[in-house]
Amino acid sequence: MRHGPALLLLAAAVAALGLVPVLAPPFYANLLVPFFGYAIALLGFNLLFGYTGLLSFGHAMFLGLGAYAAAVMAGVLGVRQFEIVLLGAALAGLVVAIPVGYLCVRYTGIFFGMLTLAFGMLMHSVLFKFYYLTGGDTGMRIPRLRILGLEFAAYNKLELLAGPFYYYCLGLMVVAGLVMWRIVHSPFGLHLRALRDNAQKALYLGVRVRQFRLAAFAISAVYGAIGGAILGFRTGLADPELVYWTHSGHLVFMTVLGGFTSFLGPIVGALALTLLQDQLQSATQYWRFVLGAILAAVVIFLPRGLAGLAADVGGFVGRRTAGAA
Amino acid sequence: MSAQVSAFGDILLGGIFHAAVLFLVAAGLQLVFGVQKIVNLACGSFYALGAYFGITFVNLGLGAGMPAWTLLPLLLIAGLLMAAIGPPIERLLRTVYDRDESFQLLLTFALVLMFQDVFRFVWGANPQSLNNVHLVYGKLATGDFSVPVYNLMVIGAALSAAVLIGLFLKRTNYGRLLRATAENRAMAEALGVNVRSVYSAVFTLGTLLGTVGGALVVPTAAASLDMAVEFVIEAFAVVVIGGLGSMAGALAGALLVGLIRAGSLVVYPEFEILAIYLIVIGVLLLRPSGLFGKPAT
Repeated sequence: MRHGPALLLLAAAVAALGLVPVLAPPFYANLLVPFFGYAIALLGFNLLFGYTGLLSFGHAMFLGLGAYAAAVMAGVLGVRQFEIVLLGAALAGLVVAIPVGYLCVRYTGIFFGMLTLAFGMLMHSVLFKFYYLTGGDTGMRIPRLRILGLEFAAYNKLELLAGPFYYYCLGLMVVAGLVMWRIVHSPFGLHLRALRDNAQKALYLGVRVRQFRLAAFAISAVYGAIGGAILGFRTGLADPELVYWTHSGHLVFMTVLGGFTSFLGPIVGALALTLLQDQLQSATQYWRFVLGAILAAVVIFLPRGLAGLAADVGGFVGRRTAGAA
Repeated sequence: MSAQVSAFGDILLGGIFHAAVLFLVAAGLQLVFGVQKIVNLACGSFYALGAYFGITFVNLGLGAGMPAWTLLPLLLIAGLLMAAIGPPIERLLRTVYDRDESFQLLLTFALVLMFQDVFRFVWGANPQSLNNVHLVYGKLATGDFSVPVYNLMVIGAALSAAVLIGLFLKRTNYGRLLRATAENRAMAEALGVNVRSVYSAVFTLGTLLGTVGGALVVPTAAASLDMAVEFVIEAFAVVVIGGLGSMAGALAGALLVGLIRAGSLVVYPEFEILAIYLIVIGVLLLRPSGLFGKPAT
């Protein structure tokens, strides 16, 4: 049982997250809802960045797409079921990701990053400028929706977020994580890692490099859109800031903070940044400076992020105890 | 002169003025990318720093009794002074030169976040501006068409910067060293080029172009907290259109972006930024090395 202790730890972490609404004030459960959204989005983002080696600097466009898809479906078309909205958001992500990805994956490295950045900003300017369609800088409202077909009429919005919706998102994150685990440990995931490490060699071995990159791009977009729909449901709003390039930067920030070389790293990063940002914002109005300094320190001293640090510490402790026995 | 012609002149000169400032910042971006292979997201922050400090410096200078015509020299000095942050930041970036480019990009993104709060701390959240002091140089008028002389001086300054940079890179010994280092760092190092000092000098020069650009723009536009993140995107559009690392490309790209912005503001405002990104995407797809860049390897 190579994974035994790790699985136990994971189960304990999920159980601890499950206890938050019971033990902590609703504030904390409400705070963690966006974490679930980011965690799901980053699971997808890291398929592209960590496993395929493509750094997108416009990935926030898919979170925005998810939120706007939710706003259009729920607010304009009158869909009342969150599940259908999620499905629609995922579909919207997929539909946009295929042409955009098709154009972007022809390049790697800095050119891929810049193309995705340009597409993200293109989307931002469409959302921002076409006021009569998208509400411009005020964005679009996302009304309250049924989850699992239940109205939860007795709950106000905060109670809904800190209770049923919290568990709903926790469940969604676990499912998304399991699916992603299957993806990266499938032959498909192996192909991605092979073409990340040496695209030329992978090509000679018959890997259809571009198609695989495009598939990774599309999957990451679907995850991003689902995450974005969750973020939108919580705030009740889809606004262009979601798509702005600095938001894409924050996605990369979380991923690197947690550690992009590890499967769970991005989730750790999303949790760490969510909690950190909350603490900093209540401590100082200059929280961006502190965040920037932390990012700089992580980039310079901890390139494998918190997960890498944990693995090193774990390995060290493991060796010590093994030596003592 | 008819009103239409003068409106056209307004757009044209407004576009060229914007292009002049864009060129300065984009040239700094190009220099740093060309030699150090780093895409510096913080170049917009240098621009904002120049703008904020320019206001403070001019207010100090004019408050101390300097005559009004010293505005332009004061702004230039303010930009030069702020370039002093170049070497320490280059020292910070040096820690990740050997790493993947995504780390370099992220480190400059960290700088963007930090600068944002430095501005908030020093200058507050409200936009700052100089009240029309640039009209001290008067206006040039023909018929009902007029343009502040200051704007023409900035355009002239940007053009001379373009010529000076070109001469510096092509004709001086140090310029040759820079180009050699950009071409092949290892070989340059083997031949005795002190790459460390070259990197430090290049980054400082890049910073200087950004801070001077910011200082020069500030008499005509307010300095605000958003300007850094907004401007870096525009400068980035310029270098992508012109070709990464190419100075001629920066000039052409800046002109294109400046004129499109000015033109679409009149013709179809919704299209303003959109048009720029469409061109950026078109260029990246059809000619990823840009109009003047070397083909990507």
